[in-house]
Amino acid sequence: MENQNTEVLFGLYDDETDLLSAIEVANKEHLDIMDVYTPFPVHGLDPLLGLEESRLHQAGFIYGAIGALFGFSFMTWVFVRDWPTIFGGKPYWSVPAFIPITFELTVLFASIGMVVTFYTVCGLGPGVVNPILDTRITDDKFCIAFDATDMDEDGVDKIKSFLSSTGASEVNTKTI
Amino acid sequence: MSAVVSPIREPLILGGKTYHQMTEDICAPTEKTPSKAWMVAFVLAVTLLGVYVFSVVWTIWVGIGSWNLNRTINWAWDITNFVWWVGIGHAGTLISAILLLFRQKWRTGVNRAAEAMTIFAVVCAGQFPIIHMGRVWFAIFIFPYPNTRGPLWVNFNSPLLWDVFAISTYFTVSLLFWYTGLVPDLATVRDRAKGLRQKLYNIACFGWTGSAKHWQRWESLSLILAGLATPLVLSVHTIVSFDFATSVIPGWHTTIFPPYFVAGAIFSGFAMVQTLMLIARKVLNLKEYITLEHVETMNKVILLTGSMVGVAYLTELFIAWYSGYIYEQFAFYNRVMGPYFWAYIGMMSCNVLVPQLFWSKKLRRSVQWTWFLAVYVNIGMWFERFVIIETSLVRGYLPSSWSYYSPTWVEVGLFVGSLGLFSTLFLIFTRLAPVIALAEVKAILKSSGDQYIGENAKPHGDDH
Repeated sequence: MENQNTEVLFGLYDDETDLLSAIEVANKEHLDIMDVYTPFPVHGLDPLLGLEESRLHQAGFIYGAIGALFGFSFMTWVFVRDWPTIFGGKPYWSVPAFIPITFELTVLFASIGMVVTFYTVCGLGPGVVNPILDTRITDDKFCIAFDATDMDEDGVDKIKSFLSSTGASEVNTKTI
Repeated sequence: MSAVVSPIREPLILGGKTYHQMTEDICAPTEKTPSKAWMVAFVLAVTLLGVYVFSVVWTIWVGIGSWNLNRTINWAWDITNFVWWVGIGHAGTLISAILLLFRQKWRTGVNRAAEAMTIFAVVCAGQFPIIHMGRVWFAIFIFPYPNTRGPLWVNFNSPLLWDVFAISTYFTVSLLFWYTGLVPDLATVRDRAKGLRQKLYNIACFGWTGSAKHWQRWESLSLILAGLATPLVLSVHTIVSFDFATSVIPGWHTTIFPPYFVAGAIFSGFAMVQTLMLIARKVLNLKEYITLEHVETMNKVILLTGSMVGVAYLTELFIAWYSGYIYEQFAFYNRVMGPYFWAYIGMMSCNVLVPQLFWSKKLRRSVQWTWFLAVYVNIGMWFERFVIIETSLVRGYLPSSWSYYSPTWVEVGLFVGSLGLFSTLFLIFTRLAPVIALAEVKAILKSSGDQYIGENAKPHGDDH
């Protein structure tokens, strides 16, 4: 993570409506926003930042399908091939009786798979230490961050004036 | 934000809170020295937990013979407790998953604690079938894995095995759902902490940053987990009811069981949420987040599900009579008039009659009344399971095998002690994590805070 130091220039806003209107201005001025950090999910943020819809649900469907297939085919193999047993005069391949476990495994595989995928693609997990720009971002501050590593002074000034003119209560830099 | 809120909606967050005040209020219980009330409760809970541990050790050491089971009544308090606890574990997922899909904003005030109760209740429930195995070290035999006994597989056609899969899946999914919701709030606690505490919370919150893309994925994940948990929660108690419904014992062999059990589970789950949250909101100073509006809404759910359970009881009686099948008729005659008539009275009065008081708006909004009625419901739902299980067993097809059952001190100790296990876990939870879903409550502030909607709202020119 610490291969190279990034100089981050960021502004903190007090309200999500200020944040949203500031991003609209930034889009008009073609400023390159590095990331936006908020204390809670702000609705209407994704389209402004041009974030595509998450594909987690597609992954979830695939995991669920694997779970269903695995559960059903495993029970089929056990009761038809590996150890055929008659229960209550029913056929070996007693499909209705397999449904509950197939369903449970579908849900189990989809849930575990999606949660693991979520933390992996977000780069989150036990022991991960991510740089924190400001400790109040998880409290009540809404942050727009710019990568200022290769910026000249004019660029920095432009961003700073953008941040203060759109109502940022604080403008800071931090090297991470 | 642009969400349209009906003017008749009551505010869900009182006191004109700012985001920062919300953080302060909700994180406070994890940061302050515990109050006296918490200490007293914790000592009591751990004492009961001690009773539980002692009873479990006694059961395993002496054997199942220390219970009063016999050849006619081969399971009793253990399965009753199991079903009771699983039922209690249904409210959390209902609140967090089904109400998320229905976009009910009031769920944010209570979902975190209710989900925690779900997990702890399932922990309690899961113990009973395992203890009943006697030789608990063979509990692993219930899972299908390659073994040296053939390999001999488990019976996938058995509802008892479906139960194993249902309960373990339910526990896993609830835990994942709950913890994923908890991660951003643990990050809030981390960012307020220093030193070792900060490091530990950073491990617990997985290094959460609050990046926009992470939030987007997080919301997507929550929504789909909710979509998965909704059929799951309905399936779990359905499968628990199959334990009985697929047998041929009169009184158990009923097609009405799945919906009847699910309604009863939600009923008892909400009652347990009321019982604990009414105390927690007072002790932890969260009255502005868990408002009378929340209490009243949950009481409406209790009234609805209680009435559904009542209809199910009457339907059972009617169908038993209407079937013309003498064994079924006898089972229900025996249920009402037999040796356990007192349990039937307890069940009917606590589950059907008492919740009807919630038709009164005054009682729905009274904290004391709600608490007492919720305790009644908890007791009533325990009786329901006892009635279904015991009355059907004591008077079976063979009169020569008719018997009676009353518990030994070990069985009583297990039940009372499991309350201690549950309370201990819950009390520890209130010290470690925010008991209210902080990020989610913040997200509804603009549409549900009392400075924005309701009687005391300040007019906002630019919001319209």
